Amino acid sequence: MTAAAITAQSGTPAILPARGGIVGALSDLFWRRPKFLLVLMLLPPVLWLGVVYLGSLLALLLQSFFSIDEFSGMINREFTLKTYGELLLQSNLDIIIRTVTMAALVTIASAFIAFPIAYYAARYARGKWKALFYLGVMLPLWSSYLVKVYAWKLILAKEGILTWLLEKLHLTWLLDAWLSLPIVGGNSLSVSFTGTFIVFVYVWMPFMILPIQAALERVPGNLIEASSDLGASPKQTFSNVIFPLALPGIVAGSIFTFSLTLGDYIIPQIIGNSQLFIGQAVFAHQGTAGNIPLAAAFTVVPIVVMGLYLWGAKRMGAFDAL
Amino acid sequence: MRSDRQQRSPLGLKIAAGVGLLFLHVPILLIFVYAFTTEERTYQWPPPGLTLQWFAVTWNRPDVWDALKLSVQVASISTAIALVLGTFCAAAVSGSKFFGREAISLLVILPIALPGIITGISLRSAFSLMEIPFSTWTIVLGHATFCVVVVYNNAVARFRRTSGSMVEASMDLGANAFQTFRYVILPNIGTALLAGGMLAFALSFDEVIVTTFTAGQQQTVPIWMLEELVRPRQRPVTNVVAMLVVIVTLLPILVAYYITRDGDQIAGMGK
Repeated sequence: MTAAAITAQSGTPAILPARGGIVGALSDLFWRRPKFLLVLMLLPPVLWLGVVYLGSLLALLLQSFFSIDEFSGMINREFTLKTYGELLLQSNLDIIIRTVTMAALVTIASAFIAFPIAYYAARYARGKWKALFYLGVMLPLWSSYLVKVYAWKLILAKEGILTWLLEKLHLTWLLDAWLSLPIVGGNSLSVSFTGTFIVFVYVWMPFMILPIQAALERVPGNLIEASSDLGASPKQTFSNVIFPLALPGIVAGSIFTFSLTLGDYIIPQIIGNSQLFIGQAVFAHQGTAGNIPLAAAFTVVPIVVMGLYLWGAKRMGAFDAL
Repeated sequence: MRSDRQQRSPLGLKIAAGVGLLFLHVPILLIFVYAFTTEERTYQWPPPGLTLQWFAVTWNRPDVWDALKLSVQVASISTAIALVLGTFCAAAVSGSKFFGREAISLLVILPIALPGIITGISLRSAFSLMEIPFSTWTIVLGHATFCVVVVYNNAVARFRRTSGSMVEASMDLGANAFQTFRYVILPNIGTALLAGGMLAFALSFDEVIVTTFTAGQQQTVPIWMLEELVRPRQRPVTNVVAMLVVIVTLLPILVAYYITRDGDQIAGMGK
């Protein structure tokens, strides 16, 4: 059934005869009933994500309403809120507060480091430099997560490059003073919250740059001109025009940094002290302890926190900046 | 975008942006130096000497090869599944408006919007509820789930730019649905799929958080590295593997960038 064959017949009817064969029949069916094609295309991905992903997610959430029998260690399959009550124990509350605080600090620090890079890339870099900036952000963002963590293990080690550098600059006393502080200090950087914080910022900060850059690029140039025409100093233009328009980008980027820090359990395990984060608590409870209900209840915390966060972000218009 | 004359950037901004980029790149470059160090037991800087011997040692390690084989296998299968599912989903979502369209795009994004540990532990508890033993396929099940979104993002962006009238024209000229797909749609979305596939491969090759829950005793390259990080056995071999992993994951990213740079931005954000 080629085009030539059709045009060869003079006075072709407006409605062509049905095509022959299974392929032709299917083809006609797709054209006459677009809904059928739609369902056919949607079925595999929706089945996969719905069954594999949502199914197991719901199964997990269901288990958070079970409880564990303290004596036998068996899981008691009756509906109870007892496991959620356990979350409110002081030690577990500490874990939650610690993780959320860390995620918030990492997000703020990432915004501060990411903003100048995004600002330069969006407003000053042109042509080849623009491509270079883009790759300069994309390559670290996509490089292996574990290798990045490993690199920081090398840097923060006592015999590593950071100690060496501070020694050369005669600043060792500064590091010692910082490490002797409570909470943020420790025996060395690689076993302190400071170390955990630095690595978190390093690993998740690139996710902040691209949304901010996208938001800044959408700031119309004539708005900035108008602002300076009306007598605003560059500082005023920045704080009254550019920054408010870039804010949705920052919020969009913060979704990534916040969510990724919230669920991470590998970075605090490798670089940090023995105090747990939510991810580590989940890992510990589902593993050796076998307390799946408590682990499940712990995973509900990041889901709820992220839900609230996304709701707030949506109200600030962050999704348009994604 | 801007119509006014090129302004010079303030010096402070230049420095802040430069320092920020250095902060991103120096740690990765250090990995390349450490792969050649002669020091065996500590992370001493500067390296006391440089050598190539650790490459030979790594080459002869069967556990590294096994991990590499499993990683490539898992990444290939997951990418293939993600390509099919992601393209279907993108075609359906961009081609027509229907009830629940928003819900479906949310469903696709959910596996990467929620922390990976949630995906991991829910899959694991589902496996244990259904008594499915750990195998290559349990790893693939997890990886394909979050790889779909990368392919989907790339394909959806391209479908939006591809005009629907071309498909209609092809049908009018007598091509059936399959011919239209083969000769009109596929050439249009080909590079977007290639880029999405590359990113999905890199994503799967590097994934560790979900994998720790779905792998059981098997070792992919990231699991092997994690083991070495927690309980270091032979640091020089880890250094060499780390360097190789950087190279293996960066190549697909560069290729993906070059084949899509003229069109829309590749959807790399939010892995």
